[in-house]
Amino acid sequence: MVTGTSDMPAVLAVAEQLAATTTRPWTLMEVCGGQTHAIVRWGLDQLLPPGLRLIHGPGCPVCVTPAETLDAALQLAQCPEVILCSYGDMLRVPGSNGDDLLGVRAASGDVRLLTSPLQALELARRHPDRQVVFLAVGFETTAPATALLAKQALATGLANLSLLVAHVRVPPAMAAILEAEGNTVQGFLAAGHVGAVMGLAELEMLVARTKVPVVMTGFEPLDILTGVLRCVEQLEAGEAKVQNAYGRVVREAGNGEAQALIAEVFAVVDQPWRGLGMLPHGGLALRDTYAQLDARTRFPELGRFDVAELLPASACMAGTILQGRATPADCPAFGTSCTPEHPLGAPMVSSEGACAAYYRYRPFTAA
Amino acid sequence: MSERIQLAHGGGGTLMQQLIERELKALYSDPAEVLHDAACFAVPAGGRLAFTTDGYVVQPLEFPGGDIGSLAMTGTANDLAMAGARPLRLSVGLILEEGLELSLLRRVVASMRRAAELCGVEVVTGDTKVVERGKADGVFITTSGIGVVEAAIDPHPTAIRPGDQLLVSGDLGRHGVAILAARHGLALQPPVLSDCAPLWPLVRQLLDAGVQPHCLRDLTRGGLASALQELAAAAGAVMRLEEERLPVSEPVQRTCQLLGFDPLHLANEGRLLAVVAPEQRDAALAVLEPLGGGWIGEVLEDPAALPTARVRLRTPLGTERVLLPLSGELLPRIC
Repeated sequence: MVTGTSDMPAVLAVAEQLAATTTRPWTLMEVCGGQTHAIVRWGLDQLLPPGLRLIHGPGCPVCVTPAETLDAALQLAQCPEVILCSYGDMLRVPGSNGDDLLGVRAASGDVRLLTSPLQALELARRHPDRQVVFLAVGFETTAPATALLAKQALATGLANLSLLVAHVRVPPAMAAILEAEGNTVQGFLAAGHVGAVMGLAELEMLVARTKVPVVMTGFEPLDILTGVLRCVEQLEAGEAKVQNAYGRVVREAGNGEAQALIAEVFAVVDQPWRGLGMLPHGGLALRDTYAQLDARTRFPELGRFDVAELLPASACMAGTILQGRATPADCPAFGTSCTPEHPLGAPMVSSEGACAAYYRYRPFTAA
Repeated sequence: MSERIQLAHGGGGTLMQQLIERELKALYSDPAEVLHDAACFAVPAGGRLAFTTDGYVVQPLEFPGGDIGSLAMTGTANDLAMAGARPLRLSVGLILEEGLELSLLRRVVASMRRAAELCGVEVVTGDTKVVERGKADGVFITTSGIGVVEAAIDPHPTAIRPGDQLLVSGDLGRHGVAILAARHGLALQPPVLSDCAPLWPLVRQLLDAGVQPHCLRDLTRGGLASALQELAAAAGAVMRLEEERLPVSEPVQRTCQLLGFDPLHLANEGRLLAVVAPEQRDAALAVLEPLGGGWIGEVLEDPAALPTARVRLRTPLGTERVLLPLSGELLPRIC
């Protein structure tokens, strides 16, 4: 049967506990798109007490990859010698002029879908006369796999493999959301998968600075409601600390091996996030020792960041939505000119994007 | 060097004669039919015929539990069965790509022959073309089929009524996962085999049990979610599923979680959805439950429903959400 059904009485018990604990309205943000997806999939918001609001965070890697990076990927995919490969969702994200990689593929570009970055090595070996470019996106969760690819590519001396890197770091985005004008977020459900890699240390620093509670949270219905409960308990008690409600996966120190891989291959850099703008320390770039693998070195003709481009396109409110300052329903394009089939903004693309999640969970009848 | 299809195999000359004689004749139940431009056969007096056609372009051509040949026979025979018709005769159009290994073609033809026997159909006419390398992907197959309607009342989407019960004939998503695993090189242990199988025997069993289905639908591309969406739109009705009742095997569930797919969007090739009147539910279940199928939901009346919210799913938590059809590309070319 479909999944986790044995947990259901436990989920309902936590929902009751939550109702008994909540005395005031609170606004929490679940950081990770995987959590957003689960909330929508299980209708968990229907189990929350009145006044307790969950807003969806920017934790959807395809949503925050800058349009500039996509434009570079689109430009590369049109070169006959290039095989451009990436994760499935990236293929449908529109660049700044609305094109996507699937469109380029239809017009004869060679665009491949990978499930693991190491498959890029195999592609490069099999096509020695072509240039294989891996569009490397994602959070601290996918960065170790990209790092492993970079190490192996360097070690094997493959001359026809390069990386177009747009890896991002989550804590700087959480800080930016709290510091943004009009912020309403009073507590975070942190992303459990990121926690499994990075541990709790970065979040301890964030909480010390911002005095906003952060609860490390998983992805099953019981995980999510438990995360909400722990966060509300802190808020009701006037506390702000890091709590680990996903202990079966997240250790305090995280995964040291993965952290070491990231540190060996990548340097922390300022990075533009689509919709959020330039975030100090918001991303990862290849270290100088790996510069020869950088697609921007290999293809110097690729465009560079244009600050004006960082602004969201016309009617699309992706930026405000990714910061949790508006819901998808507030956007004039939502469900009309912007749908999963024809996304204007990236949050409509991935099932983890807030707009796509809302789109799936629309009301049954007209208001 | 292995034997391969050449352009001349489609050229109408000696090589083409050899191809038909040595490789393709085996498909025909009556080899004499190969010689004729059209098949002629008797029609049951007063009977109604069902007629359907489908193209098959699956990649990879061979996958765990089947291949493009078994799909091409079974899929078209199953479409006939969904009209309450016993599949009788099929045509087979083959488009072969220059360079195709003859050994692969032989395996596909043998598999078509076996599937035809299982489906109880005869191949009576066909056509073969060869296109230049790069202009096709190994083999494309088109089959058309004729069957005789044995259901007393035609099953049809417009016959669906509020109160009708939704039943499936087995677990969901196996074919989709088998293709997915083959495409992405996933070594599932134990392997998940395609559910590709003829559905007519099951439909006949339902009819024999006195069930007059309001509608039958084989769950192919887009899975259960897309089938329900189409039927709900055609019937102007709302369908509500009980998530706990949806049969999904553990390996399918696990693979879907790993790759971020919903089993309700994955294809089947040997599963049907039956929409039956409430008073026939138990008779239908007596046929379907021994096969691993069961009751999954019902048809509701909700005139105010938005067209986008016609198919709903009640989770084990008692919450409800809209079940959308598959959107965009999941797996190109799965059937």
